[in-house]
Amino acid sequence: MNKEALKDLLYKMADDQLILGHRNSEWIGLGPLLEEDIAFASMAQDKVGQSLALYQLLQELGENEPDIIAFSRNANQFHNSQFVELPIGEYDFSLMRHFLFDTADYFRFEMLINSSYEPLRLLARKLKGETRYHIMHADSWIKNLGNGNDESISRLQKSLEYALPYALGIFEESKMEESLISEHIFTGEIKLRERWMEHIDEILSKTQLILPDLAKESPHFGGRHGIHTEHLQPLLDEMGEVINSDPTADW
Amino acid sequence: MITSTFTSQQILDWLQEVKDPEIPVISLIDLGVITNVKIDSNQKVKVEMTPTFVGCPAMDYMVNEVKSTLKKYGAHNVEVNVTFKNHWSSNNISEAGRKALKQFGLAPPPQYDTIVDIDILEQTPCPFCESTNTELKTPFGPTLCRAMHYCNNCKQAFEQFKPV
Repeated sequence: MNKEALKDLLYKMADDQLILGHRNSEWIGLGPLLEEDIAFASMAQDKVGQSLALYQLLQELGENEPDIIAFSRNANQFHNSQFVELPIGEYDFSLMRHFLFDTADYFRFEMLINSSYEPLRLLARKLKGETRYHIMHADSWIKNLGNGNDESISRLQKSLEYALPYALGIFEESKMEESLISEHIFTGEIKLRERWMEHIDEILSKTQLILPDLAKESPHFGGRHGIHTEHLQPLLDEMGEVINSDPTADW
Repeated sequence: MITSTFTSQQILDWLQEVKDPEIPVISLIDLGVITNVKIDSNQKVKVEMTPTFVGCPAMDYMVNEVKSTLKKYGAHNVEVNVTFKNHWSSNNISEAGRKALKQFGLAPPPQYDTIVDIDILEQTPCPFCESTNTELKTPFGPTLCRAMHYCNNCKQAFEQFKPV
């Protein structure tokens, strides 16, 4: 098995979960209503927990321990998509990101249930069940607010148009994509994007929102290879502030 | 050297004492998070556990509780492995566990084949008055494993251990 290709896949998944988990947690205390405050906090907890499980798989493959990996790297060593590092903005953007990202996440786990790498296969089965709740939550709010009033519809439409090129960046292929596919570790980003597209289209078609022509969008790539926006490093500095104040402390 | 012998059934009985730290009326056995107990030829006890949710912060605590409880009964050589081999589903909660949840005021999760949509959480029977005139407020709650509902009959908010 191509271990480097596998590690690359695990890193990008784990980093996506960790970074979006931290972004989602920024809604604690600020949600537009109590239930949404709790929802984003719960999804944040799920994601950070899922990143830990993925970093543990990396540790089994010889990488450093999870806390070190999570809190001691610089932005250019992170493999997350640029999408997840963007600030939370207003609720319409966070909701749209939640919808577009978690749909991809859910179908990624679904595809990985058939992975040739057993530890990932077992974990994916578990993560799919959890993420099911995330997409059910996203779908119901997109349908509600996407059929709400002029303000909710126009805000979501604007967020959709802004978010889409970043969302397409999720599917940036690995340099070792062929190995992942030929060794049946993962079915590949192109297949995932197709499956994602079907679901996004299905949900949006039940709303007043209009999905722009994806062929005309240019995806924001780079995140998978360490190229990030100016928003990632300040977030990492904040996440690591406590541990880096005394890296040898025993918590 | 003192040697004691015990069976895996005894281990399971002893582990009934270990409760979920956040829902102290249900044992880890009835919750279904202890998925396997084996004793090898050297009387080493091997316990397999799996989390309800991957992000469950109580996992380390529960592993330590399992070890200290078994130690109390004289099983000193205990290995606990957290694994996703037999991953947890709410269908794994025993009948006794479901009763305990309900008495605690937490609606037990329905048995299911596949979760099609969020509708599975609607009309959850109220644990206080049994009415199904209830509505889902949010699929997320105070812990990862709970959803929040409202009963239109007895006018009380209640929580449900959600199906996963």
